[in-house]
Amino acid sequence: MTAQTLQRPSTAEPAPAAKPRRKVTGRGVMHAYTWVIIAWLALPIFVMIAFGFNNPKGRYNQTWDGFTFKWYGQLFALSELTSALFISLVIAVISMFVSGALGTGIGYALGRYHFRGSGSLNLIMFATMSSPELVMGASLLTLFVSLGVGLGVVTITIAHVMFSISFVAAVVRARVMTLDRSIEEAAADLGANAWTTFWKITFPILLPAIFSGMLLAFALSIDDFVVTNFTAGTTVTFPLWIWGATRVGLPPQVNVMGTLIFAAGVLIAVVSNIRSRRGSRKQD
Amino acid sequence: MNRVKRQIAPYLLVLPGGLWLLLFFAIPMVTMLSLSLQQGDVVNGYVFTGHWQTYVDALSNYESQLVRSLIYGVVSTVILIVLAFPVAYWIAFYGGKRKSTYLFLLLLPFFVSFVLRTISWRQILTDDGPVLHPLKALGLLPENVHILGTAPAVIAGLVYNFLPFMVLPVYVALERIDPRVVEAARDLYADPATAFRRVILPLSLPGVFAGVLMTFVPVSSDYVNSAVLGSSSTTMIGQVIQAQYLANSDYPTASALSFVLMAVLLIGVFAYARALGTEDVMKVAAR
Repeated sequence: MTAQTLQRPSTAEPAPAAKPRRKVTGRGVMHAYTWVIIAWLALPIFVMIAFGFNNPKGRYNQTWDGFTFKWYGQLFALSELTSALFISLVIAVISMFVSGALGTGIGYALGRYHFRGSGSLNLIMFATMSSPELVMGASLLTLFVSLGVGLGVVTITIAHVMFSISFVAAVVRARVMTLDRSIEEAAADLGANAWTTFWKITFPILLPAIFSGMLLAFALSIDDFVVTNFTAGTTVTFPLWIWGATRVGLPPQVNVMGTLIFAAGVLIAVVSNIRSRRGSRKQD
Repeated sequence: MNRVKRQIAPYLLVLPGGLWLLLFFAIPMVTMLSLSLQQGDVVNGYVFTGHWQTYVDALSNYESQLVRSLIYGVVSTVILIVLAFPVAYWIAFYGGKRKSTYLFLLLLPFFVSFVLRTISWRQILTDDGPVLHPLKALGLLPENVHILGTAPAVIAGLVYNFLPFMVLPVYVALERIDPRVVEAARDLYADPATAFRRVILPLSLPGVFAGVLMTFVPVSSDYVNSAVLGSSSTTMIGQVIQAQYLANSDYPTASALSFVLMAVLLIGVFAYARALGTEDVMKVAAR
């Protein structure tokens, strides 16, 4: 009977520590299992970080041959890799701002107004988020080919904006829908016109959602391989360079750049999380 | 004046983004469909001839790769549900204050490039890598055992890369369950297994559905995992389409295959929605 009560999934608080030696419960097994999954997910990251410190004898960075810091010093020694990373960053930043603006417009309109065509707009957003990337990239390639447009940075950016808009719009729409309208009404009661109310009240409230949508767009863009592969032509982005280099052996610089991008991403996520927690505490 | 403004406001807001999606998402799909029915080559251009034979030829030539992709997709999705559910369940019900920390740890791989992560697995699983080499050196495994190049290696890679996309939606669905509903079931003498089966499981289905939607389509159309971890015996349809477009420049065949792939995947997803009794796919997806 007690064992049954212990397993009740609804009780959030742990059972009183009556028995110091608890038998193996389903809950304990699931806890351990969760950590196994987390370790499994993290394993390749650790391998990537470790091999950034490896000192390989041959051209293949596959087996451990000793510890070195030298790749951090020679981070930008491979000019093609450096320029690929630079191109990726440029595309990601442009795509982030363009899809941020366009997606915010759609998300705000969908969250705030009822209008003709909102159903089909929802449908097309859903379609862009659920279509295979391969098909989106391939169909864009057919468009560019039939129009005779040369492939390069511009076509990659167009493609990245295309698949990012819906994600930004979805994030912003969710925030607009949960917006407390009484704050805006209060501003209007105090004599603010619609324009002032929007820029002084609504926009600042939406800003965190817009930011997270834009961060998502940045992340989607800088990591994109499939769509980019179809729309790049001879232009090489960071993921495309890695892809091309795998056959001849990846240089350790790739591991170092991967490590630095990983560290920066985690840092940004942690900092923004702490800041948003502080912000919500201030509001209370 | 103000009324008119309010009426056109949503259209003005939607116009630029909507146009972008129309021009670069909807219209390309039409050009792709049209190209699949054209004949010609890259140098001399293509002419629309309504040549359905391309579809017949493409399907008969690449049937095995298409079927293999769908099998990999279904197997991976089932494994994903089985692996993800307990994790989502534990975090949702027992994560306590550290729920968001656990979710963050599950999302860590997203901070590393998808291609790089997959290549990392090849480093781990290669014949003289840290897994196989010691086992073979100790004589625990015969020398001719390989992991890379096999179907399990490809499926493991697919499951690895898409696991967070299954955990998150299932977690969201489980997290929303009101504990009082489960308590009510227990008060009405349901044992834990029954409460799970009759209350928690049905309430989690929308999350599982969203997870399947987010994983089955990209998994089935993936070509990175099979290219990095597989061999010629694991070729998926995505690799065929990619090669036809980018290496062979056989645009009609590649377009026909893309269209068939998308149609099959969409039919699969909608059939699944029907089978679950989820009438409105949009509603689930919108959450």
